[in-house]
Amino acid sequence: MSAAVDVKTLTIDGVDLSARADQTVLEVARENKIFIPTLCHLDGLSDVGACRLCLVELKNSPKLFPACVLKVEEGMEVITKSDRLLHYRQTILELLFAERNHVCSVCVVNNHCELQSMAQSQGVTHVRLPYRNPKLAVDASHDRFVADQNRCILCTRCVRVCDEIEGAHVWDVMGRGIDSLVITDLMQPWGESTCTRCGKCVNVCPTGALFDKSKVGSSHPKYPDFVPYLNMMREGR
Amino acid sequence: MSKIKLATVWLDGCSGCHMSFLDMDERLLELSSQFDLVYSPLVDFKVYPEMVDVVLVEGAISSVEDEHKIRHIRKHTTLLVAMGDCAVTGNVPAMRNPFGPLPILERAYHENASAQQQTPCSIVPALLERVRPVHELVDVDLYLPGCPPSADTFFAVLTDLLAGTVPNVASLTRFGA
Repeated sequence: MSAAVDVKTLTIDGVDLSARADQTVLEVARENKIFIPTLCHLDGLSDVGACRLCLVELKNSPKLFPACVLKVEEGMEVITKSDRLLHYRQTILELLFAERNHVCSVCVVNNHCELQSMAQSQGVTHVRLPYRNPKLAVDASHDRFVADQNRCILCTRCVRVCDEIEGAHVWDVMGRGIDSLVITDLMQPWGESTCTRCGKCVNVCPTGALFDKSKVGSSHPKYPDFVPYLNMMREGR
Repeated sequence: MSKIKLATVWLDGCSGCHMSFLDMDERLLELSSQFDLVYSPLVDFKVYPEMVDVVLVEGAISSVEDEHKIRHIRKHTTLLVAMGDCAVTGNVPAMRNPFGPLPILERAYHENASAQQQTPCSIVPALLERVRPVHELVDVDLYLPGCPPSADTFFAVLTDLLAGTVPNVASLTRFGA
């Protein structure tokens, strides 16, 4: 018999719920079919709170908290939907669109993009901020994959899957703030890096930033569901 | 009740939004009893009327002519709809923004021209330094993203507008749709 499980009780959007003490608010919400938008979170990878879309309100606090890294606490009262949260979530999405060059109509993942569908589900029909239109590089040096910085939202899923699941840690982030870039090795071209060619980063990338050269037009669905499956299979070993 | 005065304009876009508008097919007949098309690339009026109820604007603002037109249109229109991704986001025309207009002109009129290589300097309007979405220059009342917005989207939106209600655009279309 294992030790008694530490159970916390909390409410999310007024619904009474119980959870294990080691769970995050996002996990508990998803288990109970309460939708919290996310972009950087991916089931099976660690959480970093990078995109801030999962911000929620806690009763009796003026601050906002990222649900993906917020551990449940006894008596917590979580609010996942409000005008204030919608305003912030829309603004975050608009900032992502304005920051780099996202041109959905000519993108290889048009109709398969999490940024695109998230904008629609959050009611973003235009971007109120001026577009920056920075000049960014496309790395096509790899024989199978392409990295297009124009479409990167710095969610770091590629960095985490390469480190935590593949164990190669080819991807990482260089620079700070708006100058940040995902890079392979010490900013070597992808094709000359220590890449194992497994393609996990391409499949977890929520946008068209990482894509497969063999895909043409806008026919590039991503299949990120393998990550929890791989974790599950490895647990038994 | 008098008919609604509808206009459509074509700035820096590919005309695909207008094509999609026409793709409403027979449903256009159904709607057309409720509006007069007073100005459009699809009809032959040369001058933008003094007052228009609803205008659908296709295309981004890329040249001095686009800028002049959109300011004039805003002044003479009650409800301005940014139609399609070029008007809403800049889209494909704005892909020149990281480089500026000069390399684009160079490519089109010199590198890719087999004879008479020269950049036009009269008659055609000068390009703006940056391509901008419509709402960066004038107020926009309704945004209709999509490349192009589908015929179904056009029908739903126009039906709502003609009935005097505000359509829920995000449920109908999105960037790139």
